[in-house]
Amino acid sequence: MKWSKLIHVAVQSIARNKMRTLLTMLGIIIGVGSVITMVALGEGSSRDIERQVASLGTNLVMVRAGSSQVGGARGGAGSLINLSMSDVQSLRSGATQLQGVSPEIRVTAQIIAGAQNWNTSVTGVAPEYLSIRNYQVKSGYSFGEREVRTRAKVALLGETVVRELFPGEDPIGAAIRIRNVPFRVIGVLAPKGQSAFGTDQDDIILAPSTTVLYRLGDGKTVRAIVASASSSEQMADAKEEIGTILREAHRIPADGADDFHINDQSEINQMATRITGTLTLLLSAIAAVSLLVGGIGIMNIMLVSVTERTREIGIRLAIGARPVDILAQFLVEAAILSLLGGIIGIAAGLGSAWGIGSLLGISVVVNPIVIIVAVLFTGAVGIFFGFYPARKAANLNPIDALRYE
Amino acid sequence: MNSATLVVRDVTKVFDLGAVQVHALRGVTLSIDRGEFVAVMGTSGSGKSTLMNILGCLDLPSAGAYLLEGIPVDQLGRNALATIRNEKIGFVFQGFNLLPRTTALENVELPLLYDRRHRIAAPSSAAEAALVRVGLGDRLDHLPNQLSGGQQQRVAIARALVTAPAIILADEPTGNLDSRTTLEVLAVFQQLNREGMTIVIVTHEPEVARYTSRIVELRDGLVQRDLPVPLPGDAAADLAATRQRVPA
Ligand SMILES: Nc1ncnc2c1ncn2[C@@H]1O[C@H](COP(=O)(O)OP(=O)(O)OP(=O)(O)O)[C@@H](O)[C@H]1O
Ligand SMILES: [Mg+2]
Repeated sequence: MKWSKLIHVAVQSIARNKMRTLLTMLGIIIGVGSVITMVALGEGSSRDIERQVASLGTNLVMVRAGSSQVGGARGGAGSLINLSMSDVQSLRSGATQLQGVSPEIRVTAQIIAGAQNWNTSVTGVAPEYLSIRNYQVKSGYSFGEREVRTRAKVALLGETVVRELFPGEDPIGAAIRIRNVPFRVIGVLAPKGQSAFGTDQDDIILAPSTTVLYRLGDGKTVRAIVASASSSEQMADAKEEIGTILREAHRIPADGADDFHINDQSEINQMATRITGTLTLLLSAIAAVSLLVGGIGIMNIMLVSVTERTREIGIRLAIGARPVDILAQFLVEAAILSLLGGIIGIAAGLGSAWGIGSLLGISVVVNPIVIIVAVLFTGAVGIFFGFYPARKAANLNPIDALRYE
Repeated sequence: MNSATLVVRDVTKVFDLGAVQVHALRGVTLSIDRGEFVAVMGTSGSGKSTLMNILGCLDLPSAGAYLLEGIPVDQLGRNALATIRNEKIGFVFQGFNLLPRTTALENVELPLLYDRRHRIAAPSSAAEAALVRVGLGDRLDHLPNQLSGGQQQRVAIARALVTAPAIILADEPTGNLDSRTTLEVLAVFQQLNREGMTIVIVTHEPEVARYTSRIVELRDGLVQRDLPVPLPGDAAADLAATRQRVPA
């Protein structure tokens, strides 16, 4: 029998029992629906996390001063704060795996601009900081090595700060006072939004590291150093290299503990992956069980269908259908039943992914490969669970089948 | 080679029911030539249906030989038998056995769906032509439940002849019909037979058998009598006579 005819006959028979068909497909619909929902939200949220992690900086490595109890290794007063501009210098000259190194010297201050004022943190950084942290200058320009050398009183403002201090005005060229020191605004940063931890990355003022350290700070406290590894593959090497250079600079003996911490974004990534992994596993289990139940439902209804249509099978055999024709007819019917369930499941899954996604603020990523796999898989489920009923039909004796009441 | 459409020689059929063995056929020998119209008669349980099932390749004999147009059918496998059924045999049943919720035309087209060698070029026009031949050219799109018993049986006959078979086999085709519709169906058979079709029908009723050209009588699984009908009736004429007698 031709394929078109097989499909036509199958669709006719399925359409004849709409309610039964729908109930039969329910298991498949739930199974496929949950897979599609899970994949769409899973991929969406991991893309969200990736985007947020990337906004922290490109291949970012962070070095923070260690806690005070390690002070004994170096001795002497004031050893509590153990990162310095000379560490930045050592990393700049010694490291081969890093693309950029910048101190992060942070002071919190009340900022005054005309009649407005705002409390925020002012971060003293090197010019490379913008590329390390993925900041972009939206208008105006950034500072360079010269401004760092001359401790120039220039500042870059984040979007939030601009909004608070210069509502409806162009801040470029304007004067602001930070702890009573006058600064000139030379640029505005492009907005980055919230970080993965919910902090506002646009509530920020950047200024040359030396300016902040010597004019606003205490002249020595470098809270953190950030650097960017040459590539994500070199992350581990970069961390090791930083460790070696800093231990040498701090003269820590081979058996001594580090007086600093090195972190990188891959740790955040790993945590996110672990969470989505658990979720995926759970939903996969639900999907597998409902697909199994759905498949058994199809097998059951196909057995009913074969029994109901025993006479029809007898007629077909009597007028020249081969057993394989009957087998094909029922396999196609089972496959279409399952495929239909799969397609409805895909639609339902995308719908619920979209609903949940917009409710929880998670992106929804529709991966065409997942859709194709779902379609192929449901077809396969139909054929697998339809095989036993179809074979039963094909093996009927025509005389017995014709006599069946 | 002779002109015999089918030859059965010493065919037996034993049903093994475990406790007992039923000898439905005990050695039937029969030859039917092209163009014959044969009635198989006999008491209930004499083996008529069993013989028809074997002739129709729905069942295989326990022993003996069966040649259909020279092909030793008893040697064939399941798929080859299906092809024989499709191409060489048209079966008509007592209970019509049309597919429900399927139009007359689609029912008649059904065997052509399994015509793997595409012997019939245009299935749908062949099906229509077959329905015209049985006088149902105006009922193509009717469903079985919209047709009378006689009309349903004529659809079944159209389905049997659409593949241009070597023989049409009908097991009690008029068993469910009243005397008038019986005449309708017999008129169709006679017309087809006149056009050259070989036909074998099973019947209990001498009233039916007298429209055929030869009567084979079975008894306890054996051919008891095999005689030509001296003066077959003309169903079409008798039908016209009934119509005159009972004006509608
Ligand atoms: N599938 C079967 N299993 C067991 N016995 C069978 C089977 N088919 C037929 N028989 C037996 O074989 C014998 C012949 O049956 P068959 O149906 O050929 O008779 P028949 O002449 O067609 O009778 P009827 O006029 O009542 O239709 C009967 O005794 C019947 O019980
Ligand atoms: Mg019988």
